[in-house]
Amino acid sequence: MRWLRHNGILIYAGIAIAYMLLPLFVIAVFSFNDPAGKFNFTWEGFTLVHWENVFSLPDLNEAMAHSLQLAAFSTVLATVLGTLIALALVRYEFFGRRPANFLIVIPMATPEIVIGAALLSMFLIYGIDLGFTTLLIAHVMFSISFVVVVVRSRLIGFDRSLEEAARDLGAGPFETFRLVTLPLIAPGVVSAALLAFALSIDDFVISNFNAGDYVTFPLFIFGASQRGIPVEVYSMATILFIVTVAAMILTVWQQRRAERMASVRPEPG
Amino acid sequence: MRDTVRHRLIPYFLLGPGLIWLILFFVIPLGYMGELSLRSGTLGNFVFDWNFENYTDSLSRFDSQFVRTFIYAGVATIIALLIAYPLAYAIAFRGGRWKNALLLAVVVPFFTTYLIRTIAWQTILGDSGFVVDTLKTLSLLGDDGRLLATPTAVIAGLTYNFLPFMILPIYASLERIDVRLIEAAKDLYSSTRQAFWRVTLPLSAPGVVAGTLLTFIPAAGDYVNAFYLGSTNQAMIGNRIQALYLSERAYPTAAALSFTMMVAILIVVFIYIRFAGSEALMGEEDER
Repeated sequence: MRWLRHNGILIYAGIAIAYMLLPLFVIAVFSFNDPAGKFNFTWEGFTLVHWENVFSLPDLNEAMAHSLQLAAFSTVLATVLGTLIALALVRYEFFGRRPANFLIVIPMATPEIVIGAALLSMFLIYGIDLGFTTLLIAHVMFSISFVVVVVRSRLIGFDRSLEEAARDLGAGPFETFRLVTLPLIAPGVVSAALLAFALSIDDFVISNFNAGDYVTFPLFIFGASQRGIPVEVYSMATILFIVTVAAMILTVWQQRRAERMASVRPEPG
Repeated sequence: MRDTVRHRLIPYFLLGPGLIWLILFFVIPLGYMGELSLRSGTLGNFVFDWNFENYTDSLSRFDSQFVRTFIYAGVATIIALLIAYPLAYAIAFRGGRWKNALLLAVVVPFFTTYLIRTIAWQTILGDSGFVVDTLKTLSLLGDDGRLLATPTAVIAGLTYNFLPFMILPIYASLERIDVRLIEAAKDLYSSTRQAFWRVTLPLSAPGVVAGTLLTFIPAAGDYVNAFYLGSTNQAMIGNRIQALYLSERAYPTAAALSFTMMVAILIVVFIYIRFAGSEALMGEEDER
């Protein structure tokens, strides 16, 4: 009884984690399903066909290519813009920092549907054709705030004396940034970029409003859901999942290693 | 002298491009949405004429969806809090060397496409699925009972999909607690239970406030869960906005409805912050 009272919370945590992972498990299992009809909802039997043919649906391939392309462009832009903002907020005292902070927090606290609807309203009023460009504008917009938050949290523990040392040793401001600042904040920037990529490739709501005829992976799924989602989508989602998790574990591991190497510096006191 | 002027301008050069992007594509579009919401006319020829009827119309036409939206999002937020707090507590205080693996497990659902996760729940809660079968065996559900197309399924989906937003801030605030404070309470003869209610819980309040907001706001604006797990009887405001913009093309009504929803959410959030204290929200911002 004592044991249960002591460890009950761990058992609970195990169950909660299992619950969180259950849908991922279901998706992976159903990618091996052999559904009788068009709908992949009930288990009918095991087959590898949909894994063998995972890249055989041209529309699905095109949607995935669109998603990857969009995520790549949006990640680069949002990471650059967001990192610059984070640098300004952490490094400088200036007039207007509170409103600037506010402007960065508020999009994260706005429901996606409002962001999507507002952008669509503006595009409608100006008669702008929806497509890749409008999607890129939207994805960069909602990614910036998240990039700022991630990079800023990394910058807060940043040792400025290293930059001062570089300046004392005759490095110019740009050299200092390239040779000292950037390598030190790189782990934060990489984490932020990964997050921006994940946000973009997963976005449905804002894309739903601003895509026009441009079909991304989530939009393909939405479009297909009325007539039955091909099993290949489950396989593709599993691949995407494995790749992103691997990328994340790899960067965390890399950063740990870098931190261990950087901690060779003498202990204070 | 010129150098200090230049130095003063540096932060504005750094902020400029990003903030201009946010102003052009977030702030200004909200203004245009407001303008669109006051137009009248038919598709292809909407004219701006301060038509406030769009607001009264949309409120009276969709009042039931409004009420439903706030009930669903509120219930989902409370359930998510009840699931998340013990889990965050276990990870923060009992996680040991498994802490990072457990945190990874919490965020990992985000790495699968949102729609696919929701569709997976459609399978799990499906009419011939394992959950419905079990409930029928236990006679908790009638023979022709189903979970899909019920409020239960929509709320379950909302709870699941936004759960990590609840867990992470609570975990972050629990992690930051100085364990010596809890030990001090125990040294001063408080029971484990008292120490939790009087020390741990109040200190983790900022995480709870942030987590409930981060769950409630997206849940209130969601239409994916109601679309896949509900029927038209479970339609939320998001579903109506989406349909009005994208299929009915009744743009002024759609814009008015979006605006009303945004304001309604802001009011709820504002009352909540008043009630819960604002330090929790501003805490992160001042942390430099």
